[in-house]
Amino acid sequence: MRMLSVLSRLAWRYLWRNHRRTIVMLGAISIGAWAMIFMTALTRGMVDQMILDGISALPGHVQVHHPDYLDDPSINNLLPLDDEELERRFAGAGFVAWSSRVKVPAVITSERESRGVTLLGIDPAAERGLTFIDEENIDGRFLEGPDDKGIVIGAKLARTLETEVGKRVVLMSQDPDNDIADRGFRIIGLFHASMPDHEDGYVFVGKRVAQNMLRIGGATTEVVFLGDDYRNVEPTYEQVLAAVDGSVSVKRWNEVATYLGSMLEVMDGFVVIWVIVIFLALSFGLVNTLVMAVFERVREIGLMMALGMKPSAILGQIILESMLLLIVGLAIGDLLAWASIQPIKDGLDISIVAEGMEMMGASSILYPKLLLQDVVLANVVVLILGFLASLSPAWRASRYEPVEAITKV
Amino acid sequence: MTAVRCVDLCKTYRQGDEDIKALDHLSIEIDSGDFVCLMSPSGGGKTTLLNAIGGLDLPDSGEVWVGDQRVDRMSKGELADLRLANIGFVFQAYNLIPVLTAQENVEFVMQVQGVPSAERRSKSLAILEEVGLEGLESRRPAEMSGGQQQRVAVARAIVSRPELVLADEPTANLDSRTSAELMELFVALNEHHNTTFVIATHDQSVMKYTRRLVRMRDGRIVEDIAQHAA
Repeated sequence: MRMLSVLSRLAWRYLWRNHRRTIVMLGAISIGAWAMIFMTALTRGMVDQMILDGISALPGHVQVHHPDYLDDPSINNLLPLDDEELERRFAGAGFVAWSSRVKVPAVITSERESRGVTLLGIDPAAERGLTFIDEENIDGRFLEGPDDKGIVIGAKLARTLETEVGKRVVLMSQDPDNDIADRGFRIIGLFHASMPDHEDGYVFVGKRVAQNMLRIGGATTEVVFLGDDYRNVEPTYEQVLAAVDGSVSVKRWNEVATYLGSMLEVMDGFVVIWVIVIFLALSFGLVNTLVMAVFERVREIGLMMALGMKPSAILGQIILESMLLLIVGLAIGDLLAWASIQPIKDGLDISIVAEGMEMMGASSILYPKLLLQDVVLANVVVLILGFLASLSPAWRASRYEPVEAITKV
Repeated sequence: MTAVRCVDLCKTYRQGDEDIKALDHLSIEIDSGDFVCLMSPSGGGKTTLLNAIGGLDLPDSGEVWVGDQRVDRMSKGELADLRLANIGFVFQAYNLIPVLTAQENVEFVMQVQGVPSAERRSKSLAILEEVGLEGLESRRPAEMSGGQQQRVAVARAIVSRPELVLADEPTANLDSRTSAELMELFVALNEHHNTTFVIATHDQSVMKYTRRLVRMRDGRIVEDIAQHAA
């Protein structure tokens, strides 16, 4: 502790001995740290939005299906648990939200066009928070209950079908006996979604209306559960798993939407790679600064050794100098990153590249996400790598022979 | 009591194609409390002897003892401990740590030794007053004259009461008046604190302050005489 106090004072003073060089190096470290954190927050925000969009495109955090449903999402793979049984098992279990649905392939036909879609029979009250539908952003209105006889389709689909609110369409699918099940619906609303595929591919009707049309009684095809955090779905998964038996399959969202799950893993890896790449660029400056700092005070290092300072203390002093430089630079960089994220935390309009973003499954408003874990990761990685980078000049300094160092010209 | 004992010391340096014998089977004993002047022309071996005694450089052969500790067989860490606890150094130049103030320079050795802060402060202020630097405690080396810097170096060398002070050309960069003041300070410290001083110099004016004059040439002692100090 006493040596740490001596070394800290020396390291700090030596750092500011050549203040111009230190300021330049601090600038480089700060900008590097800012770039690491700011870019990570932007990328994290983009991926988060893609995942949240993906999750809001119906998978929720945990899903329950018939074991064969994911391979063959048809009416033949109904859940063996009807609405009453589901209600008995899951109502009041403390999920953020949960809902059972009828979700089957269907064909929608207007007077001009037909399209293949996914028919969703839902209870709109239970679906809040589980779908991508923004009820405030609907032309017309959304479904009012499971018995609502209207249909809500995407605005893009409406354009394709050359239809509009108030007009009638026909939905056609199969019942469990493979007979045609069809019904006419009046369009009561057109929804808008950040993802064009959503507007094109889904149609919403009341759950009981769908069950009647498909002649499946109180049966559904999937139950969806929402927990607190999509990154930590295990508590929700375990809770659901405990409430069902082997006759159904329980899946986490990243098992259902494997593309989204992989994206999250890639993102986590990308953050580490990004931090390391920036550090590598910084490390040249850092090592150069330390080598110069050691080189220009060889005699003083010799003097300290002559006065009784051990080689290990010299080693510690140079490493401490590097750590202080990094800590100050990182603190400034962290602050800069935080300050530059504040003005855009409510969304950055990147509609200029919206088409490309939508192709990747992201919306055109980017919400930067500054995660403490990313800031900690960037800082810890830089400090660890900085420590390793400073070992060589520090080791060299500690290996000087006092008598040679003192007489160095 | 013997403060320093060197037995049959040899040290050879290679300079180009030539071997230079800096110490040539040199033996010397210095008593505790003695005030010795090592005098030789440049290259005579006095700095090499001083470095060997202080453990800054190891001899090729022979023995070096400081008190009852054999220096030439110590590890780097043990040598550092020996210097820290037993030896004070004053060099010709580059004597101070430039980023520390005069007081911090004086406190440096005590701080490494682990002396408590209040004790460090009182000792350093007292010794700075003793060497005539009262009021200059917070100046950095660059803000002091050569003589003042040497006084700080002396203060640092003796503040923790080492048994031995080794001074290598302490007056080389000083004018004659400042040199005289510094030597008078050495004499006073030697008398008041009974510290053993070994001073390597080729400055003729220094020898009149010492009680023992050791003349060296080509790594050997050619004359070793006791004398009355001025």
